[in-house]
Amino acid sequence: MNARITLATAARILRQLRGDHRTVALMLVVPCVLLGLLAWLYADSPVDVFDSVGPALLGVFPLVVMFIVTSIATLRERTSGTLERLLTTPLGKGDLMLGYALAFGVMALVQAVVASAFAVWVCGLGVAGPLWLLVVIAVVDAVLGTALGLLASGFARTEFQAVQFMPAFVLPQFLLCGLIVPRDRMPGVLEAVSDVLPLSYAVDAMKDVATRTDPLGDVLPSLGVMLVWIVVALVLGSLTLRRRTP
Amino acid sequence: MTDDAIVVDDLRVVRGGREVIPGLSMTVPRGEIVGLLGPSGGGKSTLMRAVVGVQVVASGTVTVLGEAAGSPALRRRVGYLTQAPSVYADLTVRENVRYLARVVGADAAAAERAIAAVDLTDHADARAGALSGGQLSRAGLACTLVGDPDVLVLDEPTVGLDPVLRRDLWRIFRGLAADGRTLLVSSHVMDEAVRCDRLVLLRAGRVLSDSTLPGLLERTGTTDAESAFLALVDADDGRAVDPPPEGYRGRHAGEGS
Repeated sequence: MNARITLATAARILRQLRGDHRTVALMLVVPCVLLGLLAWLYADSPVDVFDSVGPALLGVFPLVVMFIVTSIATLRERTSGTLERLLTTPLGKGDLMLGYALAFGVMALVQAVVASAFAVWVCGLGVAGPLWLLVVIAVVDAVLGTALGLLASGFARTEFQAVQFMPAFVLPQFLLCGLIVPRDRMPGVLEAVSDVLPLSYAVDAMKDVATRTDPLGDVLPSLGVMLVWIVVALVLGSLTLRRRTP
Repeated sequence: MTDDAIVVDDLRVVRGGREVIPGLSMTVPRGEIVGLLGPSGGGKSTLMRAVVGVQVVASGTVTVLGEAAGSPALRRRVGYLTQAPSVYADLTVRENVRYLARVVGADAAAAERAIAAVDLTDHADARAGALSGGQLSRAGLACTLVGDPDVLVLDEPTVGLDPVLRRDLWRIFRGLAADGRTLLVSSHVMDEAVRCDRLVLLRAGRVLSDSTLPGLLERTGTTDAESAFLALVDADDGRAVDPPPEGYRGRHAGEGS
């Protein structure tokens, strides 16, 4: 691995994104629209439901969006021949993995700032903890989505499969993350599964920031679990990425 | 130290349960342009993938510049052009070439030289996705040239190009060979045979012929590469181990094969 190649790869991916205005707009606008819709939905409800669901969604969007974008982008590298060419160059598999993680991490930072600002100042989301922590969690969450997307794309041979991996990898995590049924009220087996899945920790961390004035002590362990998942997914992803293919 | 840049020894490749290359040996001398000719599906691309080290091989060895094909030391010294243009359609030509330059450790000036070499300077800021087919394949070639590799493995670099551009590209290839670079170039256009130092005719993963063009013409008693190839194919069919199935004798009928 080589810092020059990793950074060049991240810059190249960002340039590709920059040229695609519609994708960038979708990445920034869709979370805001959904948050706004949700706030509106609960506008007349007696309890402030949005304050409990809103933060959780801030944890779901980055992961879902980055998962899809990454798995499609890397699949395109595989099918266009660009990956095959890159694998004959000094580029290391880690350079490619980290390049993607860095590039989409930057995109996630922008997305997180925009979505959090919209949730707090436009939708009136009540956040007890510091706002910057909300953004940090969103970025880690997005890099997690990228890492999982890189891993999943290793198993996808066609675009159809890559798109189907989103419900396969992400929807179970969404169902079990505690948004629909609180995690401690799930059947034992499902709660155990939920305790392993990374999205549960992203949602927990977001809820902690929203409800506690000094959430750092609760958030850091969750961030730790997410970071472990990122490393595991990136390592597994580079193992599935072979220089030699049949 | 051997004078061969590429040595393929008893290479066997199986793809999808089918033996694509059943045991192939050949060499590419240093500083020469070797043309890999033959019908599509004959194993040209598979052989080239084995030479650049991205093909899983069943057995046999491929040695490039004295090292095992695909070894880390070779990744800066071997340039590969895939059959697909393999450029990022959403980047400009210059962004594509500069990215590859950074990956192989070349500078921006090298990128401009590579773009000029393939005559794309006027289109350097055009998005690759908006280029014509011929321009696209030249953009891909610029990405291969930018690292100034010692060995170039080019899979159909001139496909879809007009005669003028093909001549220009072959001039570049000739200049690279004159500087001591080694080129393995595949093509299914037989008239490009005259531009190569040596010709390897590949069919069903086997080497039908490996010689210079004059040597090939003399051996087959023909006057151009295409008829020489057809003569070799007919001779090859004549001594085929498996006779064609009954009722499918066609032009083989009466040949006594």
